[in-house]
Amino acid sequence: MSQAESSASTVLASDHEETLDFEAREFGFWLYLMSDAIIFALLFATYVVMSQNIAAGPSGKMLFSLPHTMGETFLLLCSSLTFGFATLAAMARQNSRVILWLIVTIALGIGFVAMELSEFSGMIAAGATPQVSGFLSAFFTLVGTHGLHVSFGMFGILVMMGQILTKGLTPPVLSRLYRLGLFWHFLDIVWIAIFSVVYLPGVL
Amino acid sequence: MLGKLTIDALPLYSWVAMSGAAVTILGGLAAFILVTYLGAWRSMWTQWLTSVDHKRIGIMYIVLALVMLVRGFVDAIMMRAQQAFSLNSEGYLPPEHFEQIFSSHGTIMIFFMAMPFLTGLINIVVPQQIGARDVAFPFLNSVSFWLTAAGAGLVLISLVIGKFSQAGWTGYPPYSGIAYSPGVGVDYWIWALLVSGIGTTLTGINFIVTILKKRAPGMKLMRMPLFTWTTLCVSILMTFSFPALTVVGVLLGLDRYAGMHFFTNGDGGNMMNFANLLWIWGHPEVYILILPAFGIYSEVVSTFSGKRLFGYESLVYATAAIAILSFTVWLHHFFTMGSSANVNAFFGIATMVIAVPTGVKVFDWLFTMYRGRIVFHPSMYWTMGFMVTFVIGGMTGVMLALPPADYLMHNSTFLVAHFHNMLIPGALFGYFAGLNYWFPKAFGFTLNEKWGNRAFWLWISGFYLAFMPLYILGFMGMSRRMEHYNVPEWQPFLLVAALGAVLVLLGIVCIGVQLLVSVRDRKTAMDITGDPWNGRTLEWATASPPAPYNFAVIPQVEDIDAFADMKIRGVADLRPTQYEDIHMPKNSAIGILLGGMAFVLGFAMVWHIWWLAIACLAGALLLLIIRSSDDDNEFTITAGEVEAIEIQRSYTTHKIATDRPMNASGLPDGQTMQGRV
Repeated sequence: MSQAESSASTVLASDHEETLDFEAREFGFWLYLMSDAIIFALLFATYVVMSQNIAAGPSGKMLFSLPHTMGETFLLLCSSLTFGFATLAAMARQNSRVILWLIVTIALGIGFVAMELSEFSGMIAAGATPQVSGFLSAFFTLVGTHGLHVSFGMFGILVMMGQILTKGLTPPVLSRLYRLGLFWHFLDIVWIAIFSVVYLPGVL
Repeated sequence: MLGKLTIDALPLYSWVAMSGAAVTILGGLAAFILVTYLGAWRSMWTQWLTSVDHKRIGIMYIVLALVMLVRGFVDAIMMRAQQAFSLNSEGYLPPEHFEQIFSSHGTIMIFFMAMPFLTGLINIVVPQQIGARDVAFPFLNSVSFWLTAAGAGLVLISLVIGKFSQAGWTGYPPYSGIAYSPGVGVDYWIWALLVSGIGTTLTGINFIVTILKKRAPGMKLMRMPLFTWTTLCVSILMTFSFPALTVVGVLLGLDRYAGMHFFTNGDGGNMMNFANLLWIWGHPEVYILILPAFGIYSEVVSTFSGKRLFGYESLVYATAAIAILSFTVWLHHFFTMGSSANVNAFFGIATMVIAVPTGVKVFDWLFTMYRGRIVFHPSMYWTMGFMVTFVIGGMTGVMLALPPADYLMHNSTFLVAHFHNMLIPGALFGYFAGLNYWFPKAFGFTLNEKWGNRAFWLWISGFYLAFMPLYILGFMGMSRRMEHYNVPEWQPFLLVAALGAVLVLLGIVCIGVQLLVSVRDRKTAMDITGDPWNGRTLEWATASPPAPYNFAVIPQVEDIDAFADMKIRGVADLRPTQYEDIHMPKNSAIGILLGGMAFVLGFAMVWHIWWLAIACLAGALLLLIIRSSDDDNEFTITAGEVEAIEIQRSYTTHKIATDRPMNASGLPDGQTMQGRV
């Protein structure tokens, strides 16, 4: 962690005092991610505890579709890759390529959220609403929290695009882009866990 | 348009509730009129409300804590009065009002008295103790404070508009669910906790980064003052336990707002999960409250015994051990909920293990005093009162840690006596010790010791009278939270407990008088040296009150108790030959605006005023974008200005370096520097 952090910081900033400042911000952001990971961990634990509490409603086996989830996974993992390309372009100070890759990332993110919403609306149309059982409450809350994070991340990407266009790739903008990237990749990892804990055992 | 909010929300149902609302409104009005009368709104706004200076934020935290202490104590003495006289009668409080009072008492004392108090002390002291100019994220610090204030505001306004929760400060479902608590009370509780809880998480992150990244050169981890160490451990606990409170609050909210089934009786709900999630936050929280107090006792005992702490390293390791163990004991809060014997045994033993590092600490403090030259300052009284009384609470804690014994004593007044025994002499006495100890650092004059001692003696005797009877009542079978009872044998004990509450009331009055008398006599109690107690740690190297930048030159640390070491080496008062420009963060109104949005958001959600809630969220998002796009948030204090401030300080402290003829500045010639060893 500290390796990647310090190398990024050294590239990002010239002035020594500024380097220290960005290093502190990046460290603080790691801590935020860890506390956010606790939120997800507890939502996962709650889901696992409640996954059999289907009451009179449907079970995961009746609701989940692996091909659909596969599509979501594909979109989200690709968006992480394209964010990585944006970061590489930022290191090389190529403003327009950064913007281009961020647009691709947002497009993939929109695709992901759209697929998630279509899954949710399909379930709700079939009568599997969050009010039906403890299992469905936990499912919608866990997956929905992740979806909200992704939406918030896309909002952040928009703000960063605005900053790159108006300010250029200044050291503070680069540092923010780096932290937003951490956030975006973190959501990927959470999604892998959702896939393995929610969908896979659900259909098997 | 206004959701569920109608004229019926006003507390016209009982005279007690109405007078509570009236006092709240009059208190707010009085503050408003006072500031207006003094014509201080402009300076209030520019120097305090928008400030990102850690010292000012710290002071605002403590002011909030003292206000909420009074509010929470009014709840306490009302409960004592009710129980003293409700033998075979209804007393003067109807049950639904009594329930609101014990719920708000616990919520206020923990979230809005203890948390702001300890966070305030941490804010004032820790950056100075590590030789830093501010925290790592000064703006975030302001946001944290205003979120805490917003939560406190929600609890206060619940007294005037609507009702507060009747489900106790822990809000256990299914009683706190929508089926049994359809009113707005539980929603007030949820939103107050969510808003202030996010502020606390951010404070935790802020201080981990501050302590790990902003220490003065030479201050290795094992040279950090004990208060800084306990703050580091507490910040880690805040960062990693408060998310659990956020989760449990949101899930209960989803049950109540969206009809979900996390904690309901039917449809696959699991209310045990609430108890688990709540106490996964709640037990670390206990140590969040008490570890800073342990840090304060360590500083006070060492300073007023004139010695380095006995067993510094063992105190550090004990603190870290307590912090880690605090995550492994949460189940002891609900031994009786039906886990297997083996599970209960594991958590019982883990709980008892915590007594070991805590015992180590008590011995370390005692050995620090041993053969020390003890100064009987009020903070030392608070510390010694703590040591004696806390041990009793620790032993009753070990009793409760035994699952079979807990089956007898759970939810009895024995438990109430136990946790008040930990939190009043354990935590609160520590904050009072810290208040007496660091007050001159924050304000530049010392507190009156006579009234400080009176406050201490009233508090400690009041504490014993109020809570020792509750231990006995617990053994006699009295449950907690009883609005009335029909066992005549209990009443004498409850009368003694009520007398104890009256003594504590007098103790609080003494603290108020102490503050007033000290302000009146401040000219004779000025702390011109910045080091009134012959302190040992770096916060005493700054002026009292410190310059905005704390340290004109960042000190070089060579030892534990860095300032004592500097005094011995004779370098404590050396002034540099030249100064440098200092960059400081600019004040920002966004912190208070975000807090205001959070308050209105919470209020709108409580009353189901959806458009207002959405407007607040959008506004908050907009503020975040504005802030994140602002790259010009620092200003410079030039070397010349720094030098002027430092020369002024030297003049007032009469310690002017020999190599600086001062005629040019209009200061007396030939002054020599006097070391204070």
